[in-house]
Amino acid sequence: MGAIIETKQLTHIYSQGTPFEHTALDSVDFSAAPGEYLAVIGRTGSGKSTLIQHLNGLLRPTSGQVLFDGGDIWAGKGRARQVRCQVGLVFQYPEYQLFEETVYQDIAFGPKNMGLDADEVDRRVKQSARFVGLEPAVLEKSPFDLSGGQKRRVAIAGVIAMEPRVLVLDEPTAGLDPSGSARILDNIRTYHQEKNACIILVSHSMEEVAREAGRLVVIHRGAIPFSGSPEAVFAHGDELEAMGLGVPAMTRVFARLRSMGVDIPPSVYTIPQAREAVLTTLHRGLHKAENGGSQAASDEKGAE
Amino acid sequence: MALRDITLGQYFPGSSPIHRLDPRAKLLAMICYIVALFLGEWFATYALLLLVLAAVVKVSTVKPRALVRGLKPVVFILVFTAVLNIFYTPGEPLASFWIFTITKQGVLHAFFMVVRIIMLITCTFLLTYTTSPLALTDALESLLGPLKKIRVPVHELSMMMSIALRFIPTLIEETDKIMSAQKARGADFESGSLIQRAKALIPLLVPLFISAFRRADELATAMECRCYHGGEGRTRMKQLRYRPGDVVFILGALALAVLTGVLGHWGL
Repeated sequence: MGAIIETKQLTHIYSQGTPFEHTALDSVDFSAAPGEYLAVIGRTGSGKSTLIQHLNGLLRPTSGQVLFDGGDIWAGKGRARQVRCQVGLVFQYPEYQLFEETVYQDIAFGPKNMGLDADEVDRRVKQSARFVGLEPAVLEKSPFDLSGGQKRRVAIAGVIAMEPRVLVLDEPTAGLDPSGSARILDNIRTYHQEKNACIILVSHSMEEVAREAGRLVVIHRGAIPFSGSPEAVFAHGDELEAMGLGVPAMTRVFARLRSMGVDIPPSVYTIPQAREAVLTTLHRGLHKAENGGSQAASDEKGAE
Repeated sequence: MALRDITLGQYFPGSSPIHRLDPRAKLLAMICYIVALFLGEWFATYALLLLVLAAVVKVSTVKPRALVRGLKPVVFILVFTAVLNIFYTPGEPLASFWIFTITKQGVLHAFFMVVRIIMLITCTFLLTYTTSPLALTDALESLLGPLKKIRVPVHELSMMMSIALRFIPTLIEETDKIMSAQKARGADFESGSLIQRAKALIPLLVPLFISAFRRADELATAMECRCYHGGEGRTRMKQLRYRPGDVVFILGALALAVLTGVLGHWGL
């Protein structure tokens, strides 16, 4: 399967030639396939924000290439701007970008900039409002009268309304309460499934990425030390800890159980998987599993 | 040029002798130097002033490239000044076409004016590159101290200035971020007619103002939480003290100003 977006030997250096010179990305090869749900994880300052700003041509590579649909996005004049309509980028705390008088107008900003006619803009605004679960009545309100979670959903709707084939979200759940986070992640999943769009989720929360994404890409000091399925990435538990990232709590519990001698599968990172693993282990009735298994089961109840 | 590369009011940390000078000494020396720039009349004086500036730049370890970059935004003013001076100075005509006449005095005047502005900007940039904004406002507060006697709110003014300086990089960063975010939604800040461009700024300015007010509010709360109540009875952890080197530096700058004044008087 061909990649919808990829970077080749991408290097980015900030403030080149000043004492503040800083290499944010160093020869990064990254790719995402159409319809994929991908998560990018890395600690603050690892270069993940720099990477995603290259994906839609907001930053120009110091060296290397960014390819969209196989073509270099910096190849022709104005192509970077076209790519921006195909690769939607939701920044951190996107609610601070709202500016219009009504929610409707704010969501319509992107589609209008694409030069779509009024009917199409209207359709897209309503559809994206539905995607993020905004009531039609909210559309006529001022975005500044909404709650934090609602504002964030308006901002995300503003990007979704452009119907991008790749949707990049930089920590979309930062600073929201658990129910607000869950709603936003649900909205993203809906968009992923209905439009078969490629989603790139940047996050700090290992639980979140383990639950949502099909593939993980770890960024550390401007490079990608490993990427792959959650099982494969979380198998590098110690290295992840050393990078200041860590693994989901469930994985840690199971690793601990294994080190206590319980025969339990190593690649467990979500609660449903944990339940499955605990139940099979208990069914098998292994003599040593009793103790650890019931402990995991009570953990599971607590978490749920 | 990305917004984050704007160097206005930026400080490059370092430990050169220039960095370590008392900020008041640097400020006073800069004032002397600027006076000298305007007292100069002829090549000899400017050569001397340029030499001094080059020496200070060398000692300060600030990269000349950074100083040149600081000049970029004023290129328009330089060109404008040069053109005005070339055409509007009366004197011995060199060439003339239609209603324009270029005079010898005009060309010389334009040249000196441009050199003057370039050196003026370079020396002010040198000051901000080598002095942290905080040290600079401390220096200002200390130098303006005597005005407190005639009830000028010196402390408040310098506090306002240090807050303003402190927030320049923050606001630039914020502008950059909002601009990126709106660009990601297809906003176009770079093309179109003047009116279109002005309109394109609304999606940038509205969020920027809102966030500036939010920040101001948060800062006020944070200051009140730390019992800030103005300058009365406030003491400093780091007291400014003149050292021999600082005195020498100021006297040197003063001597330079006097010297150029004398040279200028002789028409050099």
